[in-house]
Amino acid sequence: MTPKIRLLVFLIGAIGLGAVYCAGARNMPAWAEYRGPYGDVIASLAVFERHATDTVNAITYDYRGFDTLGEEFILFSAVTGVMLLLRPEKGEQKKRNEENNQNPQSFQDAAALSETVQVFTTALFGFSVLFGVYIATHGQLTPGGGFQGGVIIAAAPMLLYIAENTDAFRRIVSHPIVEFFEGFGASLYALIGFIALVAGAPFLTNVLPLGQTGDVFSSGTIGLISTCVGVEVAAAFILVTYEYLREILSRERDQER
Amino acid sequence: MLDHYPYYVAAWIFLCGLYGIVRSRHLVHTVISLAILQTSTYVLLLAIGFRKGGYAPIFADISPGVVTVDPVVQALMLTDVVVEVTVIALLLAMVVKAYEQGGTTSPNDLRYMRG
Repeated sequence: MTPKIRLLVFLIGAIGLGAVYCAGARNMPAWAEYRGPYGDVIASLAVFERHATDTVNAITYDYRGFDTLGEEFILFSAVTGVMLLLRPEKGEQKKRNEENNQNPQSFQDAAALSETVQVFTTALFGFSVLFGVYIATHGQLTPGGGFQGGVIIAAAPMLLYIAENTDAFRRIVSHPIVEFFEGFGASLYALIGFIALVAGAPFLTNVLPLGQTGDVFSSGTIGLISTCVGVEVAAAFILVTYEYLREILSRERDQER
Repeated sequence: MLDHYPYYVAAWIFLCGLYGIVRSRHLVHTVISLAILQTSTYVLLLAIGFRKGGYAPIFADISPGVVTVDPVVQALMLTDVVVEVTVIALLLAMVVKAYEQGGTTSPNDLRYMRG
């Protein structure tokens, strides 16, 4: 198909879609006049039913917890796919290992960094880990939750990469442990679902004690699942950045030779 | 017309992304276009759930019973954002491999992939 024909097909489709869409949108409720009822029902019930003040997370990890489990596995398999695609080939790996043994400095970055950058980013490392843990474990109370907290935690090793060098980054994200945590977080989510089966309720029912509203240890499984998702997302993002970094570095070294 | 403008904005972003994919001459450009296309769903979902004067559906500092915007569509969006990022990471890894195998990053030159 030549680009011209492709554009023509696109234009026909776009005009058709635009016409049907506009006709449909005209009959939607006007913007900013939400009619409900589902959002209103859940917003008024979540605090009493689940003792969770963040309704969004009560929905994500409880009311539609089963769907989120599926999305979690999308994340898991996408990261597995990235690792599978970017893995070094067998011969390549051997050659690289030999090179590293001969020249252990090969991963060191040549340029010296300013001390200001090093001090500030190293100080930020602890802060971002702490902040990420806080966001992930308080998902049931305030905006945040496992997905957001996990991304913040995963940013911490990247700060170290900026401040120190690739070696420091590699030591921190030493593969087997991060891989373990990725699988651990994902499977713990499913295992929490099985608690309900033991208690005689359907899968992923919130059967744990709900506690006092506003407390960190409240809302039963919501806080627990949020923390598990945080562990998994953090490990997943660290793995993805590590794989890409390795790909870039090996390419740079190939070019230098 | 003005009553519904966020819906039209969503359609416009969708078509921009689709146009980017159709006219793409570089695989990374194709992937970024897909990301733009997907952001249209955020605009659409949030526009559906928005309500004038509605509070954020977090009851940590407002009393239950206060009128809020729809939390359901926000929960749908939340997982979507993270999944989108990892799927894009997967697609970019495919681009890297396609370049290694075929030596090209142009979607037009991927004909060798025919089964």
